[in-house]
Amino acid sequence: MFRATALSLGKALVIAEMVGGKASPATLSAITGATKVGPVTILVAGASAKDEAQVLAKIKPVASVLVTVGEQYSHGLPEEYAPLIDAAVKANGYTHVFAGTSAFGKNVIPRAAARQSCMPIPEVTEIVDENTFVRQTYAGNAITTIKSSDKIKYCTLRGTSFERAEVGGGSAAVADLAATPAVGKAKFVEDQLSTSDKPDLMTAATVISGGRGMKSGDNFKMLEELAAPLNAAVGATRAVVDAGYVPNEMQIGQTGKTVAPNFYLACGISGAIQHVAGMKDSKVIAVVNTDEEAPFFQIADYGIVDDLFKVLPALTEKVKAANGK
Amino acid sequence: MFRTIPNYLKVAVCVKRVVDYTVKVRVKDNKVQTANSKMSVNPFDEIAIEEAIQLKEKKIADEVVAVTIGGKKAEEVLRTAMALGCDKAVHVVIPDAAVDSVEPLAVARILQKLHEEIMPDIWLLGKQAVDGDFGCTPQLLAGLLDAPQGTFASKVEVKDKKVTVTREVDAGRQVVELSMPCVLAADLRLNTPRFPKLPNIMKARKKPIDTKDVKALGVDLTPHLSTETVTEPATRKAGVKVKTVDEFYDKLHAAKVL
Repeated sequence: MFRATALSLGKALVIAEMVGGKASPATLSAITGATKVGPVTILVAGASAKDEAQVLAKIKPVASVLVTVGEQYSHGLPEEYAPLIDAAVKANGYTHVFAGTSAFGKNVIPRAAARQSCMPIPEVTEIVDENTFVRQTYAGNAITTIKSSDKIKYCTLRGTSFERAEVGGGSAAVADLAATPAVGKAKFVEDQLSTSDKPDLMTAATVISGGRGMKSGDNFKMLEELAAPLNAAVGATRAVVDAGYVPNEMQIGQTGKTVAPNFYLACGISGAIQHVAGMKDSKVIAVVNTDEEAPFFQIADYGIVDDLFKVLPALTEKVKAANGK
Repeated sequence: MFRTIPNYLKVAVCVKRVVDYTVKVRVKDNKVQTANSKMSVNPFDEIAIEEAIQLKEKKIADEVVAVTIGGKKAEEVLRTAMALGCDKAVHVVIPDAAVDSVEPLAVARILQKLHEEIMPDIWLLGKQAVDGDFGCTPQLLAGLLDAPQGTFASKVEVKDKKVTVTREVDAGRQVVELSMPCVLAADLRLNTPRFPKLPNIMKARKKPIDTKDVKALGVDLTPHLSTETVTEPATRKAGVKVKTVDEFYDKLHAAKVL
């Protein structure tokens, strides 16, 4: 085969984010994206990186895994990760350094890029070729195709734009990478994570969201009641998060999370551009709102102009009845 | 030079002039049309300014310097920052033609140069600007300065020469402790910005702005990213509106989502 396409010349490094011993969904999406530029190496670092590497080596498209054991990497501190990424790049000459678009990826990738005087490319939605990337600006109102002249491209890839790599069936080579000396300028104190057994917002097939029309945090129980039989995640707009109705990790939008579920049900949300930026790639969108002029109706596949306090309980009844059959 | 007294800090806060976040921009002729759009202070920078002023009110900081990098008109965001309580300002002037092509990396480089001059203990920035949506200037600056970074900050406490930052992460919050100098990036939940009062707006006109030509700083502004095309997102066509819950359910059921 003499297909010397530009795409085969790259050498990609994906920085793994581990959640409970597994690659995060954002990392799996980044792996799929990375295969577009060439063979994929994963870098995993932390106190239990040795075990995690075995898990990563089984992810199908992964060619090799770099393991760095060191307690300093355990909490994703960018001060520690950036020199390590740098060491990996210098040792193996990667042309691309990727991570998923998550709080971790957004924190680490630009800092690593600064060390090589490269301009990072955040939230890539499409890789056109090894130098050309697509991303959104102005809250998703403009789709921009950009070409990078940097020697190394540091990108975060948007999870909702790339399929997740298949876990299992792979057999990547595992190699050690020496730990860099601990920097110690930042110290991890604690994690305050919301523990919930409900489906994760970023990965749920169905998302039900509430906006100001919900009127109070208590009323979000109505959304949860509908969400339970559907195995759906519950989201919110910035307005209700700001009002303290629900915790901030539920926020969907330009400055919150980006979701693209099969089905998005918006309740009492007007559809401001900042919110729509975080969910407009959902497959089916339905809207419940009393205001028939709400901008959300312009992008919704299905809409009902009615009081959500009437619609939601009735809808929940019907879903439960159908599930019971 | 080291500052030894802990409650005597200097804070530099970075402000960007952007198209107002409520404006829906249009794409035409392969370009985002921003001429004649309403411009304002980037909303995350308002939060950064508020935090800087609160540090001063708590007598943790004794001086707050507002910094902007932008065209001539960017001066107005500095006046706003000073009306809110910043003591003085630095304006790095970019030729108007180049304003749109200045990348976060160049901005971070300029700030790195200013660091030598201002010597702040804390840099406060917004977590992202709502025009480019890059969200990487704080991290780049921290990387260039080799200073620790507290991004997506929702709570900041300064004590004993350490800055404890609560950060908003995907599954909740993470608390980190940073040495100074450090770079912080404000998230929405950090605070609620105040509005400038009229007498303060008047007073702000008299506060000093140190205007610098970007050329004098010797930072290369050549973009690393070139824009090939800019398009509008694919438009979704409006669907159907129904009258009753039964009909609503039936449609959603038929679409196989319920």
